[in-house]
Amino acid sequence: MRLAWWKIASIILLLYAVVGGLLMPVPALSQLGETIRNLYFHVCMWFAMMILFTVSIVHSIKYLRNSDFRHDIKARSYAEVGTFMGILGYITGGIWASFTWADPNNPAYASFGSIMREPKLIGAAMALLIYGAYFILRSSIKDMDQRARVSAVYNVFAYTMLFPSIWIIPRLLPSLHPGQEGNPALNFNDIDARMRIVFYPAVLGWTLLGAWIATIKIRIELIREKNILSNEK
Amino acid sequence: MKNKILLFLATLGFLSTKAQESAAANSTMAEGMRSNGKIYVVVAVVSTILIGLIAYMIRVDKKVSKLEKEINQE
Repeated sequence: MRLAWWKIASIILLLYAVVGGLLMPVPALSQLGETIRNLYFHVCMWFAMMILFTVSIVHSIKYLRNSDFRHDIKARSYAEVGTFMGILGYITGGIWASFTWADPNNPAYASFGSIMREPKLIGAAMALLIYGAYFILRSSIKDMDQRARVSAVYNVFAYTMLFPSIWIIPRLLPSLHPGQEGNPALNFNDIDARMRIVFYPAVLGWTLLGAWIATIKIRIELIREKNILSNEK
Repeated sequence: MKNKILLFLATLGFLSTKAQESAAANSTMAEGMRSNGKIYVVVAVVSTILIGLIAYMIRVDKKVSKLEKEINQE
């Protein structure tokens, strides 16, 4: 078996992101220091999550249009990997914040209180919890058709909730988290040219890796459901 | 499969002894991983983990392909 071109692209881009991300020059900023290199990893998790959720909702809408179970399986797998990447983004953000936001003069729990009031963190937590409810909803319905239909509708709602929770509200409120105005990391004036040549390939590489994991999950599910799908025809 | 793993481990062992020899013979080589606050060591560690994960992904991918073939033949 030969690997598909996009899987090879993912491998090359990720290796480039790791080696280039750790070694290429970055702007020297106070407070951030070398941690600015987290842009290639922490931020990419969120970008990958958004792209995977977008793929998921497209499949949910396709399911609602033609009731093909394959789309239901795909929507679920992409949402799963997207949520996983979001959780990784949350954890890495927590590590990063504890070294750049936390006040070293105060005890850790004092900083924790103010960090947890960050609108971006709350918004991201809301978005992830809404997607968590998607999986709970799925597992609570026994009937296959009903589960697929209800969860497809819910997925549309969950995706729509991303708009206020991670794209609109955090931009209206003051926050320590960067990206207050415009599009964080996408704005050409906002991100240093030296970082852009690593950041964009890194986003692509992590997204493709997420898609790779999702396709493997989908293929396993399709094998498992093969009997049901072939009986249907 | 077992033979392959053994061969891989043997190669690794061989390579590491080679690396030690060359480091002893040529002291400037030893400086390579120690320059710039030893960041290259981190790069080596992270790349190793990433390559390992990717190798695992490829293995799972191949296993699924095999399963797909078996099922389609039935």
